[in-house]
Amino acid sequence: MPRKSALDMPDVPLGHLPEHLELQRTRVLCKADAPSHTEGVEYSGAYAAMGFENTLQLDSFCRDFKVEIKRLTKDAIEFDLVGIDASLANAFRRILIAEVPTMAIEKVFIVNNTSVMADEVLSHRLGLLPVDADPRLFDYLSVKSDQLQWLPNGSELLMESPNPPAKPKAFTSFSTSQASLPHFSGIGMKHNDIIINKLGPGQCIELEAHAVKGVGKVHAKWSPVGTAWYRMLPEVILLKELKGKDAENLVNRCPVGVFDIEDCGIGVKKAVVSRPRDCTLCRECINAVGEENVALRRVRDHFIFTVESTSALPPEVLFSEAVKILEEKCERVISELS
Amino acid sequence: MEHGSYIDLRCSTFSLMDEDHTLANAVRFTLNKDPRVEFCGYSIPHPSEKKVNIRVQTTGDPAKEVLKDSLHDLILMCRHVRSTFDKAVIDFKSSEEMITENFLCV
Repeated sequence: MPRKSALDMPDVPLGHLPEHLELQRTRVLCKADAPSHTEGVEYSGAYAAMGFENTLQLDSFCRDFKVEIKRLTKDAIEFDLVGIDASLANAFRRILIAEVPTMAIEKVFIVNNTSVMADEVLSHRLGLLPVDADPRLFDYLSVKSDQLQWLPNGSELLMESPNPPAKPKAFTSFSTSQASLPHFSGIGMKHNDIIINKLGPGQCIELEAHAVKGVGKVHAKWSPVGTAWYRMLPEVILLKELKGKDAENLVNRCPVGVFDIEDCGIGVKKAVVSRPRDCTLCRECINAVGEENVALRRVRDHFIFTVESTSALPPEVLFSEAVKILEEKCERVISELS
Repeated sequence: MEHGSYIDLRCSTFSLMDEDHTLANAVRFTLNKDPRVEFCGYSIPHPSEKKVNIRVQTTGDPAKEVLKDSLHDLILMCRHVRSTFDKAVIDFKSSEEMITENFLCV
């Protein structure tokens, strides 16, 4: 936008922002050398002098907020969050990566390992395997005082004996078999074709592995997503009509095919923006036709969110869980404050 | 956990344990959007300590109440995000089913 004196600007009614301020508020401008106006204006009274309310009004948030699912498969989802601030979108992303619980192998008891791979390397590889078990059915591994009980007959720890009994006791003892509980059915590994180790002739591995519930901030193996990311919606604007040679030049220079040529009859061809979503903001179009002809922007409150699930839960459930975790965090702080 | 003077309830620093940028940045956003807030900001005093300090200065109301209201706003926003998202997923799944059904009919 060319520089203009404030005296030459048209009057705006009270409660509205002048064009250039509205642009700075709602868009990130991507200039040839660097982006500008990258930080949003948060403060509620920022535009008070113009009578423009910058406060958070829940009813208008509820009215304007939109979710649009673009792609949904077994283990990936792409959707648009429209009308939300980056601080919330980023909170959801951070929670997805680091705080949504998952199951992963944590303890490995190795009886025998004659393979070339060292025990600790093998255990580490086992830990990274995705486990197909719903973490919502489990509790975090912890021992509470209610598990301590009075033993009137003294110690129940078994003594080491030189002649062990015929049927040695197992390490874990559940009151019922997990297989008999209906909601625990079908627990296993998520993928059956991951090579853990390769054995030579005569080599063997015998081990028992225990999977526990955990979160990604403790160790990345508990992260339920391959990754979760967002980008702001790109906006490509043709400031002037480009025709003929210029239009062809623009269309050919764009590596991702954002522009198309439209035939408007009588042999006149003009460039149009047809796929702004594909734009990578490489600035090649600005190099081709200059900043006075094309503007690259990002829409500040429109996020293209992608979640790739690697855990037992489908990606859409992971996102709901992440939002729930943010709610729980708030509730915790509120209860601590009261 | 709250550090403020007892004479002036308008200014307080809240020290939250086991929290990070995830919550602090989101709360700073809702606090800044509250017209009663004169200043707010957060800091993480040491990166290896799981702790954030949130500073709230208001134009008159007790800082604690304003922070609580902001957290409550955040909860309401999250609830709305979740319900809208769940609805969008259900709609998307049913429209996908329609497409495959039509495809099978053809």
